Amino acid sequence: MKYVDEYRDGNVARVLADVIASAVEESRSYRFMEFCGGHTHAISRYGLEDLLPNNIRMIHGPGCPVCVLPAGRIDMAILLAERPNVTLCVYGDLMRVPGSQGSSLLRAKARGADVRMVYSTRDATRIAEQDPNREEEFFAIGFETTTPPTPPAIRLAGKKQLTNFTIFCNHVLTPPAIQNILESPDIRDLGRVEIDGFIGPAHVSTVIGTRPYEFFAEEFGKPVVISGFEPLDVMQSILMLVRQVNDDRHDVENQYIRAVTRDGNLRAKTEVADIFELRDQFEWRGLGLVPYSGLRLKKAYAAFDAERRFEMPEISAADNPACECGAILRGVKKPVDCKLFGTVCTPETPMGSCMVSSEGACAAHWTYGRFRDMEQRRAS
Amino acid sequence: MSSKAFRRKLDIRNGRVDLSHGSGGRAMAHLIAEVFHDSFSNEWLARGNDQAAFDVAAGRMVMTTDGYVISPLFFPGGNIGSLAVHGTINDVAMAGARPLYLSASFIIEEGFALADLKKIADAMGAAAREAGVPIVTGDTKVVERGKADGVFISTTGVGVVAAGLDLSAEKARVGDRVLVSGTLGDHGIAVMSVRENMTFETDLMSDSAALHELVAAMVEAGGAGIRVMRDPTRGGLAATLNELAQQSRVGFRIEEEAIPVRPAVAAACELLGLDPLNVANEGKLVAIVAPEAACDLLTAMRAHPLGRDAVDIGQVVEDDHRFVQMTTSFGGGRIVDWLSGEQLPRIC
Repeated sequence: MKYVDEYRDGNVARVLADVIASAVEESRSYRFMEFCGGHTHAISRYGLEDLLPNNIRMIHGPGCPVCVLPAGRIDMAILLAERPNVTLCVYGDLMRVPGSQGSSLLRAKARGADVRMVYSTRDATRIAEQDPNREEEFFAIGFETTTPPTPPAIRLAGKKQLTNFTIFCNHVLTPPAIQNILESPDIRDLGRVEIDGFIGPAHVSTVIGTRPYEFFAEEFGKPVVISGFEPLDVMQSILMLVRQVNDDRHDVENQYIRAVTRDGNLRAKTEVADIFELRDQFEWRGLGLVPYSGLRLKKAYAAFDAERRFEMPEISAADNPACECGAILRGVKKPVDCKLFGTVCTPETPMGSCMVSSEGACAAHWTYGRFRDMEQRRAS
Repeated sequence: MSSKAFRRKLDIRNGRVDLSHGSGGRAMAHLIAEVFHDSFSNEWLARGNDQAAFDVAAGRMVMTTDGYVISPLFFPGGNIGSLAVHGTINDVAMAGARPLYLSASFIIEEGFALADLKKIADAMGAAAREAGVPIVTGDTKVVERGKADGVFISTTGVGVVAAGLDLSAEKARVGDRVLVSGTLGDHGIAVMSVRENMTFETDLMSDSAALHELVAAMVEAGGAGIRVMRDPTRGGLAATLNELAQQSRVGFRIEEEAIPVRPAVAAACELLGLDPLNVANEGKLVAIVAPEAACDLLTAMRAHPLGRDAVDIGQVVEDDHRFVQMTTSFGGGRIVDWLSGEQLPRIC
């Protein structure tokens, strides 16, 4: 596969692994959080941990839009989907995300709710066009990367007068979440987890650029490398972070120069700003209420906003008290530290959403890496 | 019953199946004669009994049954009919057996186009003739609109195993080699490429094929060295190896770089966020074989058109956890797990 295989070359990986090994200083430890689940997936899928020196530890952060969606939002979506004459269109990996009390959209569908899997916002507007007599809701979710396709859907719905089309908006922002992690008492005051650097998601930065990270690289004194998602991208970014740590630098560096610029995609940013506004706060699974971290439709587009139009009540549902998703998302705990991991919580029966998406820290570890726990247990 | 018994021919081009075609009356006899008997034509069906009688050689028999509910019914490289023949022949063949006869049972939704039914029956007949495994008995039911998805087909197959051959899922031993007969994921991706809400352009065809001749060549080259064979259909290679790990109480260690995947399959999986190891195949087999027999078996496989790309992808290892582990192309390690539920595309 042209333009992909180049970034998955095992021989280059081995060379890069040697360079990383010779770059690390033995007396230091390097704890890097990859914010985005896409990186978690690449690390697990290619077994990158086996190629890194022992004093580099990768901490899997909260950056999977499905993982950070709190149970209450799923409950709200289920209530919406169970209304008569409603079709709810969702992306596939939302189907199994647990709401409260073992509910999920997949189960709601089995009980008779009309929940359909779509691949794009265009699929969703098409369904609204085809069946004008049904209310059609689109479960809009995602970080800055998956937000830009929503405004064109709203505009198209306006142009075609699709009065039966609304969105249930769950778009969230990356920088406020990273800031929230760094400001959490676990990390700032208790020093329970020291993070020496961040790998930032390149697809987010193709939209927002690298500039939004400059503030907290400076404020918190942590290096950030904006990284592509291919395994060689991730390895190169780790090397760049190692070098920054060694030099006591805390810059925002751009590994993904093939698509990311400092200012990002102005047109996408304008489109998003035209239609959306910041919520005062938004609930993240694992992080709680994070100020100015979520988007909603501006008043002018209220007709397309399911929350307003159907007066959807806010639901905040507590997670299973034994679920450690929160601590895992903040990098304070590892999946194996959770009592539920691999016992009652598996990809077949996820309790917390880290186990749902293949990008979630728990699912990635369970699916690709759990043999290491056995090896460690045997070794000890 | 010959179709001469009916005054007018069925309007296969424009007609549709209605409830009378499953009622047991003249309409049903007419449908069976002009669609199924015509497509499957063989001496057993020609006798018009509710069962087929045939002689078998003394020895061990193999029997299997499978239901086919694929959507869409027609896909690049085949349709539900050819699949229903190939799939069941393969299940018989995976015992190292020679498939002899098939039965076919149809559950048809009211309103289904006769032209499509005929196309499906023709594909079944052609697949059965090409494989030399006739469909000797069958059944037809029609259900009300909405109670089936076009047509569902069940096929049953019987075959015989050569004396001394006893392949079984619990027989994998530490040190055995894992052979696959060719590229993985072709069928699943070809079918997905024509799904209603997902259409994408690809030249890829389903690999749907009857594997019994390939199996016969393997048995001849070194049947005693074959522990178990399986066709990695739903759930792909990952599911097959995990099943065998459980049943044989062993682990597997496979090499990612050895696993053959066509670029088109790799690209589609990339786009959809799927893993080719979880994607279905309908014309491939996995054989767990004694290490000393691996070389001869591979040579025999490669000499057959359906095993041309056969490779050794790894080995059976001791593992109390029954993990299927893979050395990635980067030299790292990872688990190849069962699929959890359906393969769900990722949002980003």
